[in-house]
Amino acid sequence: MRSPLGRAIGLGSAKEGVEHWLAQRITAIALLPLSLWFVSAVISLVGADLETVQNWVSQPLAAILLVLLLIAMFYHLALGIQVVIEDYVHTELARLGLVVVVRLLSFGFAVAGIFAVLSIAFGSMN
Amino acid sequence: MRSADRPLSPHLQVYRWQLTSVLSILHRATGVWLSAGAILLVWWLVAAASGPEAYDGVEDFLGSWIGLLLLFGWTVALFYHLCNGIRHLVWDTGHALDLKNTYIGGWTVVAATAVLTLAAWVAGISRWVS
Repeated sequence: MRSPLGRAIGLGSAKEGVEHWLAQRITAIALLPLSLWFVSAVISLVGADLETVQNWVSQPLAAILLVLLLIAMFYHLALGIQVVIEDYVHTELARLGLVVVVRLLSFGFAVAGIFAVLSIAFGSMN
Repeated sequence: MRSADRPLSPHLQVYRWQLTSVLSILHRATGVWLSAGAILLVWWLVAAASGPEAYDGVEDFLGSWIGLLLLFGWTVALFYHLCNGIRHLVWDTGHALDLKNTYIGGWTVVAATAVLTLAAWVAGISRWVS
C-alpha cells in the first residue's frame, strides 16, 4: 500500500505505539498478583491502629511489594488515562498538555508513596 | 457535507444497550475511578509516615459512611477491572474473540466481580466485628 518513496524516506507511523501497548499489558500482569495481595493485606489490617499499620509496612516483604505496587499502578494508570485523553480531547495543544500533566502527577504521586513506604520501613520519621 | 458534520462512530444514542458495550465502557470508567483510588493509597501511606494527627484524618474519612461507600466502590471497581483485564489479556492472545465466548467471558467477569467483592467485604466485616 505504501509508495516506494514513502518507504524509502521512512515516513508513516512513529513506530513507537507498540511500546505503550506492551507496557500496559506488562504492568497489568504485574498488578494481578500485587493488587490481590494488597486487598488481602488491607482486609487483615481492618481496625488496626497506626502502630500496627506502621509495623506491617516495616516488614521487608510488605515494603517491597508496596513499592512494586506503586510503580506498576502509577505506570499503568498513566498509560490508561493517556488513552482516555487521546480519545476525547481533540485539540492538539490541550491533549498534549493533559498527557504531560498526567505523566508528571503520576510520577509525583508514585514518588510520594514510595518515599512514605521507605520512611516507615527505615524508621526515619518515628 | 463538511467532514466535521459527518456522523461519528460509535453513535451511542442509537445503539441498543448490550453486555459487551456496557462492560467495555465500565472497564474504562473503573480504570479512571481506580486512578483516584491510587491517590487515596498514597494519601494513606503518607499519613501513616507522617504520624498520628495525619493518620487520624485518613481514618476519620475512611471510617465515615461516605468513606465506606467509596471504599466499597473501589473494591467493586478493582475486582471488575482486574477480571475484565484478564479477559482483555486472553483476547490479546487471539482467543475467545467470537460472539459466544465474548458473552460467556462477559458474564463470567460480572459473576466473579460480585463473588470477589462479597467475599472481600464479608472477610473485612467479620474481622471488624471480632
